[in-house]
Amino acid sequence: MKSSAMVTPRPAREAVSNASPAKVAFGGVSFSYPGRQALSGVTLDVPERRVTAIIGPSGCGKSTLIKSINRIAEIGTEVKVEGRVTIDGQDVYAPGVDLVDLRRRVGMLFQKANPFPKSIFENVAFGPRIHGASRAGDLDQAVERSLRQAALWDEVKDRLGTSAMELSGGQQQRLCLARVLAVDPEVILMDEPCSALDPISTARIEELIEELRERYTVVIVTHNMQQAARVSDRTAFLLNGQLVEVDDTETIFTTPADRRTEDYITGRFG
Amino acid sequence: MKRRFVETIALALLRGTAFAVLLATILLIGSIVRGGAGVITWEFLSATPTEGMTHGGIFPAIFGTICITLLMIVMALPLGVCAAIYMVEYAGSSGLARVIRASVNNLAGVPSIVFGLFGVGFFILFIGRSIDRVRGGGLLFGQPAMLWAAATLAVLVLPVIIVNTAEALTAVPRSHREASFALGATRWQTVRRVVLPQARAGILTGSILSVSRGAGETAPILFTGCAYFLPRLPIVHLGVPFTGLSVPMVNPLDQFMELSYHIFIMATQSTDAAATRPIQYGTTLILVALTFILNLAAISLRVRYRRGLESR
Ligand SMILES: Nc1ncnc2c1ncn2[C@@H]1O[C@H](COP(=O)(O)OP(=O)(O)O)[C@@H](O)[C@H]1O
Ligand SMILES: [Mg+2]
Repeated sequence: MKSSAMVTPRPAREAVSNASPAKVAFGGVSFSYPGRQALSGVTLDVPERRVTAIIGPSGCGKSTLIKSINRIAEIGTEVKVEGRVTIDGQDVYAPGVDLVDLRRRVGMLFQKANPFPKSIFENVAFGPRIHGASRAGDLDQAVERSLRQAALWDEVKDRLGTSAMELSGGQQQRLCLARVLAVDPEVILMDEPCSALDPISTARIEELIEELRERYTVVIVTHNMQQAARVSDRTAFLLNGQLVEVDDTETIFTTPADRRTEDYITGRFG
Repeated sequence: MKRRFVETIALALLRGTAFAVLLATILLIGSIVRGGAGVITWEFLSATPTEGMTHGGIFPAIFGTICITLLMIVMALPLGVCAAIYMVEYAGSSGLARVIRASVNNLAGVPSIVFGLFGVGFFILFIGRSIDRVRGGGLLFGQPAMLWAAATLAVLVLPVIIVNTAEALTAVPRSHREASFALGATRWQTVRRVVLPQARAGILTGSILSVSRGAGETAPILFTGCAYFLPRLPIVHLGVPFTGLSVPMVNPLDQFMELSYHIFIMATQSTDAAATRPIQYGTTLILVALTFILNLAAISLRVRYRRGLESR
């Protein structure tokens, strides 16, 4: 295990191990869809420039948790949010928050790669374009930089004009990552980004996450325990919309404080 | 054994109905072509009717049909597409949105003669007369005209365009909208750059098909602008200032002849209906051909865009 993880078990919940300040913080967050409460009283700090994994059984509210950060969860439905979700101390649900700016700062990768049916170039240039970039030189530069960061440049540099739909699943997911990186986010959310990918493509995404943590704050939802153990510094275990435990990943996987966490990671339920 | 027997009967019946439809179409088209092909000459296409419509051509009716169809498209398409965008992308599933959706669907099923009467009442007597009253100086807008006939047809095809467009918009995957929003796009940017490019093929084909339906309608234009017989084309010459030149322009305030109405009056109002029979066939053939061309355009557009979508 990498990073500053401590080996000794520590008391649950209060455990805030690292020197890194909280980039995103949940303070007593409850989140409801019409007729369905998805999160109740979640308090969680997401440290800056670290990878935080969210684990838990299906339907426990993992997607809702990360989608409440960039306020995507509320699209197309009515929601009720209590408590505070903050980025750099600013409440993202405060009245008058600029959603465009929020979502520029918080990028997201979805469970199934969802490139637009446009060219590879246009996919990556989409973000810069909607945020006002129009000079061809700037766009070219942003596209190349992002594709390089997503380790896709060498594979596609000779066919930037072809359709993104012709790429393989793994390439499509890396293209989506490049599309996110092109708008220069600070936080990157990933909702089970590898669940539809083969092991090799998964490994490449994991390598990328390793690189991303140097510059970005990453929150990754995963169903795969090994993946959480491999890529994350911190791990949070969610059950029925409640945060059971959050700690350094190593601690969670070796000496979890809560019985339910242990049952889940050892495969006894979920 | 019994199940096998039922299966065979069912198949035979289904096949039979399919063939019956095919046969009816072939008979219909066949009789139109057989009766009409002989009449179609350059003169028929380019001349005006003469001698109580028993001779001459149908050019004014072709011209009128094309003009009114284009005018109808100009009025209905932008309106219908915008309404559908509002309905699907903005209104969501609120109570108001559901009411709008239900009324649009119902409107699509209203008989066309009702639209014709609506056109007279609303466009000519209300809007037209109001304009005349404000303008002063006699009747100009408040009488049957190409403008009002086209507007009436536009109202007729509007719900069909809305329904088709809404369908095309709904077909765009939710995940693409989500990706766009997550990148910080506004709703309008998402519609403009993600939804519309993908829905364009569906919108266009749906619209062309609805337009081809409107183009053959008689009832809506019956009272709103088409003429029994018009010795001139609905054209005015507008002077270009300071040049002494004048350019011909379609005059939307004039009346016009139209193919389906022309067939109708030749068959029912002519003093010598039998003598106009070949011309009726010829006119029908032209109308069917125009509709067919529109449908063909819709199909080829669909094929082109589908191929384009895959490789873009
Ligand atoms: N748009 C929505 N409307 C209503 N209920 C929803 C919606 N999205 C998710 N839910 C419900 O909220 C709960 C949490 O869902 P989700 O956050 O997707 O869980 P997970 O990602 O852990 O599987 C589930 O019970 C789900 O059915
Ligand atoms: Mg989920």
